[in-house]
Amino acid sequence: MAIGLSKKEREVLLDPLFHNNPIAFQVLGICSALAVTTKLDTAVTMAIALTLVTAFSNLFISLVRNTVPTNIRIIVQLSIIASLVIVTDQILKAYFFDISKRLSVFVGLIITNCIVMGRAEGFAMQNPPWISFLDGIGNGLGYSIVLVTVGTLRELFGSGKLFGHTILPLVTDGGWYVPNGLMLLAPAAFFIIGFFIWILRTLMPERQEKED
Amino acid sequence: MQRSVTYTLIFATTVCVICSLFVSSAAVMLKERQKTNFVLDRQAKILSVAGLIQEGEKLSPQEIRDRYQKYIVPRFVDLSTGEYVEEPTLNPETYDPKQILRDPKLSREAPENPSRVARIPNHALIYQVVENGDIKELILPIEGKGLWSTLRGYLALEKDAQTVRGLIFYEQAETPGLGGEVENPKWRALWKGRKVFDEQGTPKLAVIKGQAGTPEQDPYRVDGLSGATITSRSVTYMIQFWLSENGFGPFLKRFREGAA
Repeated sequence: MAIGLSKKEREVLLDPLFHNNPIAFQVLGICSALAVTTKLDTAVTMAIALTLVTAFSNLFISLVRNTVPTNIRIIVQLSIIASLVIVTDQILKAYFFDISKRLSVFVGLIITNCIVMGRAEGFAMQNPPWISFLDGIGNGLGYSIVLVTVGTLRELFGSGKLFGHTILPLVTDGGWYVPNGLMLLAPAAFFIIGFFIWILRTLMPERQEKED
Repeated sequence: MQRSVTYTLIFATTVCVICSLFVSSAAVMLKERQKTNFVLDRQAKILSVAGLIQEGEKLSPQEIRDRYQKYIVPRFVDLSTGEYVEEPTLNPETYDPKQILRDPKLSREAPENPSRVARIPNHALIYQVVENGDIKELILPIEGKGLWSTLRGYLALEKDAQTVRGLIFYEQAETPGLGGEVENPKWRALWKGRKVFDEQGTPKLAVIKGQAGTPEQDPYRVDGLSGATITSRSVTYMIQFWLSENGFGPFLKRFREGAA
């Protein structure tokens, strides 16, 4: 996928996956990472929705970056993000009714996801459209990696399934696996994200903040 | 950069107009599809609580519609008298209990109850399974507060208005894997054959802590959901409220006597 892109473009796209992961290094957007990760299918849907919203909001905001009056730029960014989120929610309701029922308010809450706002203000306002779009995709994928990892671990160990298919047969269904109830509660996501941050920072010691 | 006030106003207006056009055209274009989904989802839930869709059976939207048309008859019931009523202004197909309960003309405040049901409809929409002109089953809507969310679903009774045919929830946001197991087909299957009323006609069916026996030995109790004490208890409260004299009690009494 990265073939045919310049070095800078590749960097913008791939950096946020691990090296500058928005959740692990900037600790942004973890509220929804707790809420939608008990099942993998909701986590994946949420990840795709957020990636698309970040990419397109970055694109549109970058397009207007030179014409938008500075004093109303935040509200303009929010209008664009909010419109994209509402449309995403409507599309989910029309085509993925079951999943949208389970995601309920969390799709709407993408509006307040700090990653989207952060990239809009931090990147798209200073950079041309195409590279901003790639930055949005990259950061969305960085968020997705964490969400899907957390979702996989929580669904697998919490209910013995992946995408609703039984992997570890539960004791209650005549199998051998005793599910870990903690995995289904919000704190489990904190622990998993904590471990994720720990591992990434151990692997990349240069990314650790200096102690004051 | 700093711009004039006029420029700022024009820019803001343009952004607003474009965004609202974008949002409203998406909403208008997708509306039909969303409505179809909503109706289909309800119909599929009604069919499966009635046992007309087997567990694991996959039906196309058209098959769901056909089967629904063939067996299901929606009826409105006056909750206080228990009589059938006509509601020409309401369309059973798009009937949304949430909207009805917001309308003070169509609903009223519920008496205080452990299920924390705040309002009840004046005329409730129930469904009957009718085969060759005979009523085979009654499907009653139930709702009540759980741990986090309001649970909404259907309770299906056999034509004796006493034996459970099935229970299903179409809306709930309890903890997935714990209270969310109210959607688990294995747990729902435990309800079939249980009895709802005792000899005096008071609702007795309850979800207990731990395991209950078979419907024959233990007709008034259902296994609790492990790790979900509050959701389990809510299901009990909900069923007892909707079968009491404040809910469908009067209707079921008339029905049993053959009057309804």
